[in-house]
Amino acid sequence: MREMAFNPAPGASTPATANSETPMLLVRDVSFSAGGNRLLANVDIDIRRGSRTLIMGPNGAGKSLLLRLMHGLLQPETGAVLWQGGRLTPEACRAQAMVFQRPVLLRRSVMANLKFALSVRGLRGRERAEKIRAALADAGLEHLAKRPARVLSGGEQQRLSLVRALALEPELLFLDEPTASLDPASTAAIEQLVLEANERGVTIVLVTHDAGQAKRLGQDLVFLQDGTVAEIGSVETVLNSPKSEPVRAWRDGRIYLGPNTRSLKDFTGRSH
Amino acid sequence: MDSFWSALGGAFGLLVTLDPDLLEIIGLSMQVTLTAVLFACLIGLPLGAAVATFHFPGRSLVAVILNALMGLPPVVVGLLVYLMLSASGPLGVLRLLYTPTAMIIAQMVLVTPIVAALTRQVIEDLNREYAEQFASMGVGPIDRLTAMLWDARYSLLTVALAGFGRAVAEVGAVIIVGGNINHVTRVMTTTIALETSKGNLQLALALGVILLLIALAVNAAVMALRASAVRSAYA
Repeated sequence: MREMAFNPAPGASTPATANSETPMLLVRDVSFSAGGNRLLANVDIDIRRGSRTLIMGPNGAGKSLLLRLMHGLLQPETGAVLWQGGRLTPEACRAQAMVFQRPVLLRRSVMANLKFALSVRGLRGRERAEKIRAALADAGLEHLAKRPARVLSGGEQQRLSLVRALALEPELLFLDEPTASLDPASTAAIEQLVLEANERGVTIVLVTHDAGQAKRLGQDLVFLQDGTVAEIGSVETVLNSPKSEPVRAWRDGRIYLGPNTRSLKDFTGRSH
Repeated sequence: MDSFWSALGGAFGLLVTLDPDLLEIIGLSMQVTLTAVLFACLIGLPLGAAVATFHFPGRSLVAVILNALMGLPPVVVGLLVYLMLSASGPLGVLRLLYTPTAMIIAQMVLVTPIVAALTRQVIEDLNREYAEQFASMGVGPIDRLTAMLWDARYSLLTVALAGFGRAVAEVGAVIIVGGNINHVTRVMTTTIALETSKGNLQLALALGVILLLIALAVNAAVMALRASAVRSAYA
């Protein structure tokens, strides 16, 4: 876990000088509990502008929760999420977009889904029509523009969800396991769109279980275990030379049950 | 038994010959009911959607009240509207008592809670699905409300149908505020009640058949529309 090296100015609401040196998003000592259970504890992460950060970890580690906290959908119990040195205001959240694991599409046509998102941002007329056309072309969905969005295949729905998010021109894009249940071709299409967006300057934060995807897409990797950051660094360093037992267990396909257990047989919750 | 068949025969005679009195009663019934349902939807749809979507103090209480008002006794509503519209009431100056407008108001009071409560349920389910996406996209409250009302339009048609069913079959409230005046405020249900008490079963049965056919036709149309929407994944 990174050391605490930042004390936010109380009440700071205006962004600090935003340059390539200033992390775009800072997660500082963030904790979150629900139903009496501590789900995230003292998480510190820096998201560099223009970077691709992967968040990995076993089920229930707090990956999706962390994404929601970073996007401002949830408020941390303690600690802070800072956007360009200032508070994560609603305006700051509008500079971000998120693609959910299960695409949430309106009960409308493919085109109407894009039109709604752009209308929310105040776009009208020709400008909006051009953006819709470009988004459909990017997703390869021009021929399906008038189809109801909810009859599309899983891959097409996720592509639509992704280009809808990108049409909002976010500076930072969160993706929560966007290829979780997709075939290799659909996965490749999503990854291509993500890489192209990153080349255009969009910062990417992506949750995945797929080590291959982490190597293909990631620069930075955050590995979460039981709501804490088990390891953080470049994808290659973390995956090839893990320093912590949770990451080693995950890489080797073993179930990590705690510091004093080596297998399910050692797990105290198991009788034999 | 013979009198039943002879009444039924007479009823079909009235229907086949398009009896002018019968048509006038059906026309007024539809005018009153459809207008009441329209206004109930104009109030109830956004009200139900707002209760489902927005968080405010007393929200649960409002939901409980809406649900409770679904079971409003029609005669009580009739009495309350009568008191409001009577010459000594606060709206007496409008001189609406014993007019179709008074009947519309009474039906609207009865139907609005039904539309609002059922809308709340429909929109609450949809909101559970859309809320995070809308929050992520920064959708404002009015856009959220209108988007969900539009996306739930096929389910809300069923809600409007439930309101229509209640209004078209209503007799207690409209007879109090309308008075069942011939050629002025006589609608199907009040006529059935009156003609049955007079022993004129032909007209009563004819209107009963029409009432059933209208209910059947409206239900069939809405079901067909909804089925087609489900097939196209718009519902």
